[in-house]
Amino acid sequence: MTVNELSRMEDFSPVVLADADRDIDGVYIGDLLSWVMGKATSGDAWITIMSNINILAVASLTDSACVVLAEGVTLEEDIKNAAKSKGINVISSQLSAYDIALRLSQAI
Amino acid sequence: MSDLLTFHFDVDGDDFTSAGQASVQIKKNLRQLGIAPDTIRRVSIAMYEGEINMVIHAGGGEADVTVSETYIEIVLKDQGPGIANIEQAMQEGFSTAPDAIRSLGFGAGMGLPNMKRYTDYMNIESEVGVGTTITMRVNI
Repeated sequence: MTVNELSRMEDFSPVVLADADRDIDGVYIGDLLSWVMGKATSGDAWITIMSNINILAVASLTDSACVVLAEGVTLEEDIKNAAKSKGINVISSQLSAYDIALRLSQAI
Repeated sequence: MSDLLTFHFDVDGDDFTSAGQASVQIKKNLRQLGIAPDTIRRVSIAMYEGEINMVIHAGGGEADVTVSETYIEIVLKDQGPGIANIEQAMQEGFSTAPDAIRSLGFGAGMGLPNMKRYTDYMNIESEVGVGTTITMRVNI
């Protein structure tokens, strides 16, 4: 499944689609950024409730396919702009990390 | 002796939100050089952890990256408080980061262990009250 397709699924909405044709082939859930950096792998949809600017560097360095903001977490405008310029996809959902992972498990 | 490519970065200690700029830049540079993606990932993650550490603990510092034909070397140097007990600092989960840093998602005690995990060689020289120099190498 591509990031674009995920962003169109029910209960998901696009925040930043900068490289929307990327394939999602795995999932990682975590909020401790060092932990995520050590464990997330290339092509993962990274589900988190963190929304500070550092998530962009972590998403970029782990080569995550997209960041999925859970529980209705939002991004500030300047962070959205930074994500756009760094080519990082961000999707949001009101669902919990667990429910997002369940949906992804069925979809990818 | 073949030419070595070198990159130098000043890591700003005042601006936590921009930490990671040097490692993201290195990722781009290595990609342009045609380095393998897995090697780039290892170098840039190890360097990012080091950058974050310098910002959290040392008020910034300097990062130098050297690319040779057989390895990539990262040297991170700061004039921070130093590491009193390196063995303890290397343990996963051990952290002295303040709560404000933890609320940003750092301070999990994974920084130094990640740096070791992702590199083929890592050496820490540190003196309390003087500073810390970390040298890491990733073989190509």
